[in-house]
Amino acid sequence: MNISPYGDTLNDGKVQLSFTLPVTNDDKGAEAAKLLAQKMGINAPNVAHRKTLDGGFTFYVVYGSVSHTINYDAIQVQAVEGDVMDMQGISAYIRENIRRPVVFVGASTGTDAHTVGIDAIMNMKGFAGHYGLERYEMVEAHNLGSQVPNEEFIKRARELNADVLLVSQTVTQKDIHIANLTELVELLEAEGLRERVILICGGARITHELAKELGYDAGFGVGKYSEDVASFAVQEITRRHLV
Amino acid sequence: MKLNLNTQKIHQAREYARNIALDTQNFINAHTTEAVERTVCRLLGIDGKNEIDIPMPNIVVNHIKSLGLLSDGAALLIGNAAHMLGIPPQEIAERIDAGTLDFSKISVTDVEKAKTAVQSAALSSIGKIKENRKLREGFITQYGDKESPYIYAIVATGNIYEDVVQAVAAVRQGADIIAVIRTTGQSLLDYVPYGATTEGFGGTYATQENFRIMRHALDEAGAQAGRYIRLCNYASGLCMPEISAMGALERLDVMLNDALYGILFRDINMKRTLVDQYFSRVINGFAGIIINTGEDNYLTTADAVEEAHTVLTSQFLNEQFALLAHLPPAQMGLGHAFEISPAVTNGFLYELAQAQMARDIFPDAPLKYMPPTKFMTGDIFMGTVQNALFNAVSIITNQKIHLLGMLTEAVHTPFMADRALAIENAQYVFRTMQDLGGEIEFKEDGIIQARAREVLDKACDLLVRIEKNKLFATLEQGIFAGIKRGRDAGKGLDGVVQKSDGYFNPFFEMMLS
Repeated sequence: MNISPYGDTLNDGKVQLSFTLPVTNDDKGAEAAKLLAQKMGINAPNVAHRKTLDGGFTFYVVYGSVSHTINYDAIQVQAVEGDVMDMQGISAYIRENIRRPVVFVGASTGTDAHTVGIDAIMNMKGFAGHYGLERYEMVEAHNLGSQVPNEEFIKRARELNADVLLVSQTVTQKDIHIANLTELVELLEAEGLRERVILICGGARITHELAKELGYDAGFGVGKYSEDVASFAVQEITRRHLV
Repeated sequence: MKLNLNTQKIHQAREYARNIALDTQNFINAHTTEAVERTVCRLLGIDGKNEIDIPMPNIVVNHIKSLGLLSDGAALLIGNAAHMLGIPPQEIAERIDAGTLDFSKISVTDVEKAKTAVQSAALSSIGKIKENRKLREGFITQYGDKESPYIYAIVATGNIYEDVVQAVAAVRQGADIIAVIRTTGQSLLDYVPYGATTEGFGGTYATQENFRIMRHALDEAGAQAGRYIRLCNYASGLCMPEISAMGALERLDVMLNDALYGILFRDINMKRTLVDQYFSRVINGFAGIIINTGEDNYLTTADAVEEAHTVLTSQFLNEQFALLAHLPPAQMGLGHAFEISPAVTNGFLYELAQAQMARDIFPDAPLKYMPPTKFMTGDIFMGTVQNALFNAVSIITNQKIHLLGMLTEAVHTPFMADRALAIENAQYVFRTMQDLGGEIEFKEDGIIQARAREVLDKACDLLVRIEKNKLFATLEQGIFAGIKRGRDAGKGLDGVVQKSDGYFNPFFEMMLS
């Protein structure tokens, strides 16, 4: 099945986009915006709005119909495997299959100062009505906070006898998160710890596919909560016989 | 007082906060830190770096520390060397770096002569800071000042020259304050880097050169726009007072400068931060710099409905610590934020109550109001609505330092267009609701009044507990933002020393008199 964006009629291809061009706000600039949209594959672009941002910069809002289509049936994505259980279900699973509390150690590592991601997953309160791991009966959760160097993270993980490592990355400018996440995997491998833990990363710009590529067991992005993370982790522990 | 709050209760809360601050101040007065002493070096004119990029103030203070003499104060030792050798502070630093000067070889024999020897260097910085203050006041008299909230925009490209392009565009669009975001991780550096930044992560370093570059650009853009454009940076982390001193010397106007933030959110040792914040605030107070406090951060980890009283509690504490540093209310940009979940019924009423409460309790403070961030999702259309509601609370309750909400919060650092849309949004709401606040009275004992009362009551209860436990133990128990910090844990503790009886720092006297 080939698909294209939906405005108000199937496959009409309608899209909206906005961008800034480094030119003054005049008819020539509007024409440039239109030509750019055409190059993007947008038919009959309509520059609905243009506004001066500064002498030499203009903002455009453009509507049009995209000429491209996508073969939806041919798409394959890497998704996190296993069932998603709720908080009680996860605790029951641990009691039955692991028979001891599971230790989660999490941090926002490297120079990243943002705790919002790791807090959403770990703090008692959780996020958007999804309680965090600290509230899970069969989970021992240690949130180490932000700006934890990878070496320090590994040291603490050892001390706490971690089963699961959670790494949060919020700052992704200039791909700083890739370098940092890669370094952690390398350090874990060098210390012979990699096979003994479930290694998970998360953040607004993290996908499962990226996580796998970097050598993580799973990656969780926007719209994932503690139960998604914990469900995967506990099932992975049994699958890999790390009980 | 629009919320009909119990004035007795407010008075009580202030008393508790004052006692907490006074008790802590005893500790502060008895101690100094590496950062404080490096600041003294800077204010005595020591600047630059050596061949391997170590800043000169660090070279001097590391030398003093290695001799175990930090407790006497850098000014005394530098003064002594200046007196004995007849050379200025910068040359003293250079000789220490070259290994040709060792403070342990020239013991202090005449304290008065040593103190006199740094007098002119100290007065030179004091004069420069006073001059900057006058310049700022002159610009404000010339251009006039704004009645409605100052529009505060952020630039964060990581390259100071690109930041200038974005800042100048923001000024043309209507920004009143430009904050240059710091590169991630600077707060944990125990030195201030030197020179212009062109490759930072998510921001630039707070360096004196970066301050100078942006100050110059904003003065030019301000002259074109006929407005005084305020420049903001971050006096926080392990170099808090040094950054304040650099800001005072380069005429910054606003500085993030919280008494507790570094302890809670950067795991900096509490003794270190409390001693550092004091000198930092003395400098900011003297320089006429508005400080911004970081209460909004509590709500990024704790719930904005349940933990609203910790914001108020911290505002009371920040107020008292600022007063002890002689920083007047007109320079206290106490912070708070619009962070209640959009899913909460009557959430807007609670936001209104919180903002009006801060206005009523701190009438002279240029309150700093932070936009929604926690519940911004990447849905830019919904985000614009959230920001519009935030803008409405700000103008209705007469907030002063208004951080622009970005529709692309949670997606990327702002594009030029994001900032322009945010300014347009704020200007529209401020214009269309300009005098709405003056027209509104809140229903007696209605939802809004009751909410404010509840938050004040809880803050008062918390302050009683802190007064009883003292501040250090309170921080150990994790009462703020649910974060526990040990009094001897965290970064920077080894840079804290008890002052000797002969400790000398000329700037306290010069700035506080």
